[in-house]
Amino acid sequence: MTDTVPTGERRQLTPPVNETGVLGWMRRNLFSNWGNGITTVVLFVAMAWLLGWFLNWALFTATFTAPNGQACRGHGACWALIHEKYRYIFFGSFPYQQHWRPLLAVLAMLAMLLMSSDRRMWNGRLIVIWLVGSFVTFLLMFGVLSFPISLFLTIALICGVIGMTARAVIAAPVEINGWRALAAIGAVGLVLRMLGVMPAWALTIAPFDYVETGLWGGLPVTMILATYGLVFAFPYGILLALGRRSKLPLIKGLCVGFIELIRGVPLISLLIMASVMLPLFLPQGTSIDKFLRALVAVVLFAGAYIAEIIRGGLQSLPKGQFEAADAMALNYPQKTILIVLPQALRVVIPPLINTFIGFFKDTSLVLIIGIFDFLNTANQALVDPNWAGFPAEVYLFAAFVYFCFCFSMSRYSKYLEVELNKGTRR
Amino acid sequence: MASNSVIELKGVNKWYGQFHVLSDINLDVKEGEKIVVCGPSGSGKSTLIRCINRLEEHQQGDIVVHGVTLTNDVKNIEAIRREVGMVFQSFNLFPHLTILDNLTLAPIWVKKMPKKEAEEVAMGLLKRVRIPEQANKYPGQLSGGQQQRVAIARALAMHPKIMLFDEPTSALDPEMVKEVLDVMVELAKEGMTMICVTHEMGFARAVADRVIFMDRGEIVEQNEPEEFFAHPKNERTKTFLGQILHHG
Repeated sequence: MTDTVPTGERRQLTPPVNETGVLGWMRRNLFSNWGNGITTVVLFVAMAWLLGWFLNWALFTATFTAPNGQACRGHGACWALIHEKYRYIFFGSFPYQQHWRPLLAVLAMLAMLLMSSDRRMWNGRLIVIWLVGSFVTFLLMFGVLSFPISLFLTIALICGVIGMTARAVIAAPVEINGWRALAAIGAVGLVLRMLGVMPAWALTIAPFDYVETGLWGGLPVTMILATYGLVFAFPYGILLALGRRSKLPLIKGLCVGFIELIRGVPLISLLIMASVMLPLFLPQGTSIDKFLRALVAVVLFAGAYIAEIIRGGLQSLPKGQFEAADAMALNYPQKTILIVLPQALRVVIPPLINTFIGFFKDTSLVLIIGIFDFLNTANQALVDPNWAGFPAEVYLFAAFVYFCFCFSMSRYSKYLEVELNKGTRR
Repeated sequence: MASNSVIELKGVNKWYGQFHVLSDINLDVKEGEKIVVCGPSGSGKSTLIRCINRLEEHQQGDIVVHGVTLTNDVKNIEAIRREVGMVFQSFNLFPHLTILDNLTLAPIWVKKMPKKEAEEVAMGLLKRVRIPEQANKYPGQLSGGQQQRVAIARALAMHPKIMLFDEPTSALDPEMVKEVLDVMVELAKEGMTMICVTHEMGFARAVADRVIFMDRGEIVEQNEPEEFFAHPKNERTKTFLGQILHHG
């Protein structure tokens, strides 16, 4: 007997049962022959035993509350230590009664980061989110913020100059007079201020007690260093990468020299230089905040690495893209902003996020110059003689917190890749 | 003279290192003239048209486009590029932008045209190259022939006075060559000044006012298409035509 198949139609057969589903997958991948079968069983048993041991230690025999380390001995994990010390681990030496401030600051930063990770926010709103988020964060951390008038004037001058130059090449010269006026106000004001004609007005907002950066510690420090370090390093890295490809020998030389110099030394030595040597060169009496110095070192260091990654993206663009942009009379800034960077940055998302993750963890090197980031406050929690002898718990806890941050970044990189390449792949 | 020269090349020379790619090129293109440039690979024909909008720099001689002399002055270069559209062998559409954005980019940023107006112009051009329904797709989703038609529309969006075509059909599958050539023929009939580097001799016969044969960086022979194909004078031209016409 034969099946009669209608002409022009092919019968769709269902695949053999053994090849699909969970059973089919296991058959193919785990038990394809005797050797594989035995290996699978042995590994499964080993994994089950390890997991059982870990759960037993971490949950079933663990101590969750105890008056001191002594009460923990002889049992499983001593989570009581974390319970006792978590506030120090998270917030360091920040005044104890005020711990809600760094907590809210961390939440403000998380909200800011989450909001700006949404692609629909990538327009003017992003600037507003960051200005508000940063203001809230630093107001909570410092307690008192003071903006001298010269700061406003400098911002006016910088915005005006950027607006003048950028708008002249990019858009219609309609509002250019507005930018000119802004720059002029900034420049005149600064001169007057320097001559002493204008008094040293300052806008001071002081809702809380002032807490100096020396007392900051824990998670907010790690987050501030990593976030603002990378936020400033990113545009700086883009400029370095563009400069390195410049046809002007001076700019190219400076950029190459800087990148190679910074990449050639360890971050630690840069941090030590920033904290020990920099003050020697500054005039007597002036001092730059230690925290700010660390931040600058991170920016310089991360900038050099980011620059090299972005250069890779720039080089991956076909020459035809540059030629097409040239042929339609786009000038250099237009070509770079509209054609080159959007494509180059898409290509380098994975290595870029890789670097971001690396720097998030590298911030713990600031211990060298006496700043207590999250890992270092965790370390300090071990020093208490009452609670001596439980490093595994503390480091596991620290590792878990770091993992939450780094894994989110990694997933975000994946999302971003898919999101940005939507429709552009055939 | 009824019409004026829009492109003049006088004694143009160019070297890549020691290699003499363009040797003493003299060329005069009248308004509305259609010129086909052919020649063996490496003969300098692409380099020649790429010098006209300064994608390549010439080292000696003068190039005057629409009365503007090509120098190192960026102002001059940009003035010329605004008047000269170019279509590439490998399309060079911007893959991160939709078809519509590809077309409106230069009018908006270079000509400062309002977005709405630029989009109307772009849709008109897409209708002209017969793919208005693709406006919101990305270049990667289109076939080669469609991409090249978009590239032509993109160049036209700047309302150029002159169009340069650098082997526009060489990277296409054979069945897509015709759809691109049809668009080019239409454009030629509308009176656009065109210089095409191409091996499509059927196209040359149909629209060219003049066919130029280049070899080893020189213009070896130029003539009206009838005469050029029927009675080539130079030995090198004869050999070349023999080689390409054999295969049809």
